[in-house]
Amino acid sequence: MNAVEAELELEPVRRRSALWRRARRSPALLAGAVIIGLIVAAAALAPVLSPAPPNQQDLFHVLGGFSSQHPLGTDELGRDELSRLLYGARTDLRVGVVAILFPFFFGTAVGTIAGFYGGVVDAVTMRIVDVVIAFPFYVLVIGLVFVIGPGIRGIYLAFAVVDWVIYARAIRSTTLVVRDSDYVAAARGAGLSDLRVLTRHVLPNTVNQAIVYAMNDIVLVIVAVVTLGYLGLGVQPPTADWGTMISAGQDFLTTNWTLATIPGLAVVVTGLGLSLIGDGLATVLRP
Amino acid sequence: MLRYARRRLLSAAVVVLAVTVATFLMLHVEPGDPARAVLGEHATPGEVQALRHQWGLDASLGSQFRRYVGDLVRGDLGQSYLAQTSTTSLIRARISVTASLVGMATLFSILITLPLAALAAVRQDRLPDHAVRALSVAGLGLPAFWFGIVLIEIFALRLHLFPVGGWGDSFGAHIQGLILPALTASFAIAPILVRSLRVGMIEVLDADFVATLRAKGLGEFRVLGHVSRNAVLPALSLLGINIAYLIGSTVVIERVFGLAGLGSLLLSSISERDFPVVQALTLILATGVVLINLLTDLLAARLDPRIRLG
Repeated sequence: MNAVEAELELEPVRRRSALWRRARRSPALLAGAVIIGLIVAAAALAPVLSPAPPNQQDLFHVLGGFSSQHPLGTDELGRDELSRLLYGARTDLRVGVVAILFPFFFGTAVGTIAGFYGGVVDAVTMRIVDVVIAFPFYVLVIGLVFVIGPGIRGIYLAFAVVDWVIYARAIRSTTLVVRDSDYVAAARGAGLSDLRVLTRHVLPNTVNQAIVYAMNDIVLVIVAVVTLGYLGLGVQPPTADWGTMISAGQDFLTTNWTLATIPGLAVVVTGLGLSLIGDGLATVLRP
Repeated sequence: MLRYARRRLLSAAVVVLAVTVATFLMLHVEPGDPARAVLGEHATPGEVQALRHQWGLDASLGSQFRRYVGDLVRGDLGQSYLAQTSTTSLIRARISVTASLVGMATLFSILITLPLAALAAVRQDRLPDHAVRALSVAGLGLPAFWFGIVLIEIFALRLHLFPVGGWGDSFGAHIQGLILPALTASFAIAPILVRSLRVGMIEVLDADFVATLRAKGLGEFRVLGHVSRNAVLPALSLLGINIAYLIGSTVVIERVFGLAGLGSLLLSSISERDFPVVQALTLILATGVVLINLLTDLLAARLDPRIRLG
């Protein structure tokens, strides 16, 4: 093995450790990772941490204040608010992550193909994107959930229809730039198949953008899931979800203001953590 | 400019047409039967069939669509199944509420965005910048409806400065009733606007002409005037896109504040399966979005020759 080959051999390892060094120096990424790590841990350990089962009613102790037995009080059915908050984290985080999977992969694929091949494929795809974007986000999502039926399945399908366009548009425009670069021309000139050029030379240079956007997208989805829950179109009772908790708590603002406030704060903190990770990744992954 | 405007107008028309088809299809391939929903569980199949015939739902999809488009061309948005009035009159009674809410929210988001972005850009990487960036990151995950509830809690229930909700019946009452909802709505888009305008301003601040302005002894405030004029263009098209999001958010915000606008009409029509109203509202809101994007694009082209010639 001569020196050049050795250099080539070492390259990937060295790049990865450089990424890791940059990641450790990004305070936003660290802070976000800590916040999200804590929330995920709390959600995962919900059965252990919860003072009571999330759906256990106690009609003798409805709307109770903070106490050692119920650290965050009880709701209008006497259910323990802290337990519901923890189980709500399980629901909303899971729905948020699952809901972006299809848009992420499908949108990235469509954007790559449209940007790489151009022409009619590109024109048709972009017109479809324009139409989906023309609908105000919440109007389309509410309409779709109504058509499909309320609940988690409706949310997944609605996001599958609506959300991929953002990825497609972003990835298409970076693909356009990468497509015309010298190294892609070299790869094609060397006779590599389109598939190989796309997966080995184009995608590695465009996908970072989709990953960064996905972090912000989970925030958007979680806010939307909570909003749909508030409207009664999202997660259905009695499953614990932050949106339905806020909606139920709104009726007791004058007497028990924490019932509506604390689940909302949970959404804000989760969103903050994910956005920080997104911002951090954007700086770390920037070439 | 004319050539650009014509091209942009044409693509907007295509999108509106496609939106019309999409709305129609979305509500006609739906499994639920509106006649059954209106008549209830106990109606006989004959009664349901009669009502379906009266509403023209037994015709083929193609002929239903031809009739729908024919009515649209004549400016007829259809009859409401439930309210026994035309959809047009239902909408006319409520459109001013939503339009005022969107207008005021847009104004608020500009008033919030400009000073914050300018402050952050001028004091880059110092405390004000970090504070503004932290606020805008936190704002991204802020559910608008929850923020509205918190505002009600503080300013209506505790401080009694504003009504808890409702539209009021005088101009002053309208304005007072709109302040909290508009503030809520503007917070839904301000974080994104602040972030992008800040980046735009920092880029312009580094430009050579700014150094020239400073070198010839212009005050920092006057320099900022030149900078904002150049940084505002990218933010303008972003504002257009975000007004679309804002229009969507008003659906939820009208519910929180009990405002009788298009959004609350949409929600109630959806739960009552009043299809013609849902269809008309979706079409109107989507067309509104297309028009706003068209306007901001044309305005941007008017201000920036690079866009209209490029």
